[in-house]
Amino acid sequence: MKEVKLMKGNEVLAEAAIRCGADAYFGYPITPQSEVMETLMEKKPWETTGMVVLQAESELASINMVYGGACCGKKVLTSSSSPGISLMCEGLTYLAGSELPCVIINVSRGGPGLGTIQPSQGDYFQATKGGGHGDYRLIVLAPNSVQEMHDFVFDAFDLAFKYRNPVMVLSDGVIGQMMEKVVLAEQRPRWTEQEIIEKCGDWALTGKTPDRKHNIITSLELDPYAFEKFNQKLVEKYNKVRENEVRYEEFMCDDADYVIVAFGSSARIGMKTMEMAREEGIKVGLLRPITLFPFPEKPIAALAERVKGFLSVELNTGQMVEDIKLAVNGKTPVEFFGRAGGAVFSPEEVYDALKEKLIK
Amino acid sequence: MAEFEVQKTQENLVYSRTKVLTDNVMHYCPGCSHGTVHKLIAEVIDEMNMQDKTIGVSPVGCAVFAYNYLDIDWAEAAHGRAPAVATAIKRLNPDKMVFTYQGDGDLAAIGTAETIHICNRGENVAIFFVNNGIYGMTGGQMAPTTLIGMKTATCPYGRDPKLHGFPYKIGNIVSQLEGTCYVTRQSVNTPAAVRKAKKAIRKAFENSLAGKGVSFVEFVGTCNSGWKMDPVAANKWMEENMIPAYPLGDLKDI
Ligand SMILES: Cc1ncc(C[n+]2csc(CCOP(=O)(O)OP(=O)(O)O)c2C)c(N)n1
Repeated sequence: MKEVKLMKGNEVLAEAAIRCGADAYFGYPITPQSEVMETLMEKKPWETTGMVVLQAESELASINMVYGGACCGKKVLTSSSSPGISLMCEGLTYLAGSELPCVIINVSRGGPGLGTIQPSQGDYFQATKGGGHGDYRLIVLAPNSVQEMHDFVFDAFDLAFKYRNPVMVLSDGVIGQMMEKVVLAEQRPRWTEQEIIEKCGDWALTGKTPDRKHNIITSLELDPYAFEKFNQKLVEKYNKVRENEVRYEEFMCDDADYVIVAFGSSARIGMKTMEMAREEGIKVGLLRPITLFPFPEKPIAALAERVKGFLSVELNTGQMVEDIKLAVNGKTPVEFFGRAGGAVFSPEEVYDALKEKLIK
Repeated sequence: MAEFEVQKTQENLVYSRTKVLTDNVMHYCPGCSHGTVHKLIAEVIDEMNMQDKTIGVSPVGCAVFAYNYLDIDWAEAAHGRAPAVATAIKRLNPDKMVFTYQGDGDLAAIGTAETIHICNRGENVAIFFVNNGIYGMTGGQMAPTTLIGMKTATCPYGRDPKLHGFPYKIGNIVSQLEGTCYVTRQSVNTPAAVRKAKKAIRKAFENSLAGKGVSFVEFVGTCNSGWKMDPVAANKWMEENMIPAYPLGDLKDI
């Protein structure tokens, strides 16, 4: 029997974490995502699945707890919002540098600084280009519905373990706070010790038994040439991710003259704009990147061959637009429209921008 | 000269290296306390028969490579974050024996919050803390534990509290917290001290298995390179200056 419920995005994250068989959640309260840990604490999964839930003293601590759990081959996640994610960036680069699977959820809000508690997509660069130091990538999934908040927790863990890489779910305050219908997956069992040894035994800290060498999780190397090789190995991994894991959705792009590119909650607003334009006979399509890294470069490049222009619509001052420009490579105009700092645009505003910047 | 072979038998074997130490040559300077403390921890793990159940968390500091020397599973934590890493490892693996190994910069400067909060939560983890009064790894800068008047690369005229603040005893602070069960300050400056230190390590590990909370074992140690002394002089300087400032003995034992 399918279990269908009306739920808030943040609550669904907690529900999905339990149901996907996560071993632990570590977090620190911050608006607009505090309901994630509140829901987990209320549900007491340690009494049912055995999942550990712990409120840390800071995001620095929570991300390093994630590191500790991930070191042991456990399914571990954390969630936070923009200022908290900034604090986690040290941990993120260590996680990437030690090739540890884990899930980080950012229900982002307006920045920079302490900023606002309203929704924003100002953390696109931080999520897709780094945040922490060094050459590393997170795999980044961008949900645009409460259903995807649920589904992407499952997908994120699958990707994390497939590539031994941290995966970020980049959401925003709109998706975190809104209520929608959601189909809940059945409870998955947590991995047993034996399963962890089978899946991750060649690297995870499961205790050094006489039949194997000791496992060490570290990102330290004294020899620059050896570490260059390691960097190269990461590049190869990221290229595999680029080849295999790109996800996006296209709406009415087949005959489109103009294409709106938007992710997360912006894509929902952009959809409305697209409908308004279509009603007036203007052929507008929409492309929604679902993975922000890997970015859907190829489909955008393909559209660039025949459309009259792209409009990148973002809740920031222009970040993803740079990736669109790289993909389009000058073949057709790429314009940007956004609002920032927690302010949200209406479909009409996007439509006006489309007319002003592209349709003319 | 007549040649003869020594027959190693059970009867005449008085000492052998524990199997928990690897064959790797330690990178520590001659006279440094880290090597001795490593050996003691390895011996205790062996004597407790816990090699397959112990997970260590190494710091950023000279002991970062502890994972090359003890033949157990290890996580290398970011600077100061070992207590957070160890918290998760222990919570998710309650049957494992988990410890952190940290220097004074790692534990008492950049990682102060993590240290206080692991102690306050009373995680069932042992903390081994080597206090050498200086940042060894980065070339001898001032540590939170650097003594007043002591010269380092970043207080070349001696630590002046007006400029640099005061050295502090984090052991005394964590002994005040409900979550610690055993807080002790040891050293490895004499054979007798080494034997006592080893007992403290054993007790800390046993406490962690018994679920009593955090055991915090501080080792007042030497850093002869950082202090710019030969090993014998460093040991003497430690006895005359460090130990009076950081008196040895149990601060808490419940
Ligand atoms: C975030 C960060 N800041 C600074 C450093 C540089 N660093 C490496 S070790 C260290 C101090 C280590 O001193 P201590 O903890 O006293 O250990 P010791 O080397 O004396 O054993 C510092 C500052 C770093 N690696 N990471």
